[in-house]
Amino acid sequence: MKNFLKIFFLILFLFGIPFKSHSAEKVEYLKTDWSFKGLFGKFDRSSLQRGYQVYTEVCASCHSMKYLSYRNLGEKGGPEFSEGQVKAIAASFEVKDGPNADGEMFLRPGKLSDKFVMPYENVKAAQAANGGAYPPDMSVLVKARGGGVDYIYSLLQGYEDAPNGMILDEGVHYNKYMYGKKIRMAAPLSEGLIEYGDGTEATIEQMSKDVTTFLMWAAEPHLESRHQMGFKAIMYLIILTILVYFSMKRIWSRVETEV
Amino acid sequence: MSDHEYTPKSKFGKWFNDRLPLLSLASHLTDYPTPKNLNYWWTFGGILTFCLITQIVTGLTLAMHYIAHADMAFESVEHIMRDVNYGWLIRYIHANGASMFFLAVYIHIFRSLFYGSYKSPREIIWIIGIIIYLLMMAAAFMGYVLPWGQMSFWGATVITNLFSAIPLVGEGIVTWLWGGYSVDNPTLTRFFTLHYLIPFLILGLVVLHIWALHVPGNNNPVGIDIKKPSKDTVPFHPYIVIKDGFALLMFMIVFAFFVFYAPNILGHADNYIEANPLVTPAHIVPEWYLLPFYAILRSVPDKLLGVIAMLSAILILAVLPWLDTSKIRSAVFRPLYKQFYWILVADVLILGYVGAMPAEGLYLLIARVATAYYFLHFLVILPVLGFKEKTLPIPLSITDPVLGGAPNLATAKNKESLKH
Repeated sequence: MKNFLKIFFLILFLFGIPFKSHSAEKVEYLKTDWSFKGLFGKFDRSSLQRGYQVYTEVCASCHSMKYLSYRNLGEKGGPEFSEGQVKAIAASFEVKDGPNADGEMFLRPGKLSDKFVMPYENVKAAQAANGGAYPPDMSVLVKARGGGVDYIYSLLQGYEDAPNGMILDEGVHYNKYMYGKKIRMAAPLSEGLIEYGDGTEATIEQMSKDVTTFLMWAAEPHLESRHQMGFKAIMYLIILTILVYFSMKRIWSRVETEV
Repeated sequence: MSDHEYTPKSKFGKWFNDRLPLLSLASHLTDYPTPKNLNYWWTFGGILTFCLITQIVTGLTLAMHYIAHADMAFESVEHIMRDVNYGWLIRYIHANGASMFFLAVYIHIFRSLFYGSYKSPREIIWIIGIIIYLLMMAAAFMGYVLPWGQMSFWGATVITNLFSAIPLVGEGIVTWLWGGYSVDNPTLTRFFTLHYLIPFLILGLVVLHIWALHVPGNNNPVGIDIKKPSKDTVPFHPYIVIKDGFALLMFMIVFAFFVFYAPNILGHADNYIEANPLVTPAHIVPEWYLLPFYAILRSVPDKLLGVIAMLSAILILAVLPWLDTSKIRSAVFRPLYKQFYWILVADVLILGYVGAMPAEGLYLLIARVATAYYFLHFLVILPVLGFKEKTLPIPLSITDPVLGGAPNLATAKNKESLKH
């Protein structure tokens, strides 16, 4: 058993090394209490719904989310809009479909099974409309950035006037959390920019938190079931390990060596 | 193979066994006499078998949904994560499983180094193990390319470009490997094919590895030859089976923690950005388990020599049984070797650390010193140590105290457990 503990600590030690190496050159991000962290972490349903509102009213004009479908908005573990709400959301978008019997492409209202409609036809069109910078797809954005949710949350609130002596090109903005501190995106949020359906006050901080929560769900739609299953799986393993430990003791008591 | 003749009880069993001795094999595996003093470091063989099977089973399932095409690979991975039933679970087990596999193999290798398990008569087991390790690295590298993220693409570009260091034919070889003039769809499809093939090669080699092990039998913490079967041994079943099972369950708890609560912590964020040949990531780093070799590669200023150094660092292990001139196996009885062993462990950890850092300034200097020491350990220290070192007297059996005034086993065992 002593040996085993040593191995266990060695494993922890070994995994400690890569963590440190990743965090070497990081700026301090703004912190907030994320409801989805921890062993039983779950999404805050109303925050997800507000986050979707921020995404669709603010971000979606430039940022696509091409791996999500409208049906996802009603699925368990997500914003859990009612079926009627999701259908209404989907129908509010025009989807290009076809070709029809005449060989023509046509527009029709969105359905649950449609993927989120993209703001631009393709990457080139997106770049052309945004001064050469491509607004990244947001489907897995929080997993594609080193600081994850804390980074996105901070970035949205990190716009400041550039320090004296720093010259910014046309269309470039100063953001203290951005890699290199220069960002093409203008500050997307401002106080009271949107009106929340549930009456929550739309501060920059609130909107940042809500939309980041939404982005986390978009990147990890099965996070809740993962946490639930993980707890059960690990409890099961621990109980089984204890049982096997005592069986092992029993069996090895037949030979004198200590296990 | 078996130490005693086995006769099945039933008539059919006897008829079958005379034609295909599967029952004899099963009997050999259950009765296989194993040293009774094996500690928990010996449980990693079983754990590694579990890792291999897990990777094969999850990998087969992923292959049913994955699309090996440069335009669709990234999307198909997202499809697995979102729409395939428990696809996220299968993929996270597979991705973290690779890390757990390497964690276990490193412990397994370093156990072998500590207890001298590579020495006569176990050289072939060791060499097969090194080949398995090489194939594991190839499989892991190609597997990392399949999601077709930024690190996939640029990692593949960097590693395949190493072949261009070969004089005269290098460039041609790289083009041949890529199936074109850059990493692209042909590269992805061939990597997928090979990634699918290699685990089965490993499986075959694992059978040989175990077969070769069952000829001389297990080494043990005392490192002496023992009579088999004797009071120094226990039958594999149930004693070793339950102990391996217990250790495996502990390992699975750590594994499950990563899969369920930190599934992306061992990966790189950039791999969630779809591959883009026009944008190079700020730092291209391999997965953690390849970092020591990456550090060795970068510590040599010349490209060709760097590649040679990196390959030598692995291949030198294959000749280790002949570089280590000491007749004593276990480090428990080799006071000097034991110290050099821990220095080597620290050296490899340092190499891994600087491998993750940019190759400049102090990091580069540390990498160079650590690389030099790595080779010094194998090429100078080990051969010389065998002649110079005054080893402690070894016991004659696991159970009995030794003859001739040697320290008894209790002391030896005590020391050994204190050390790690």
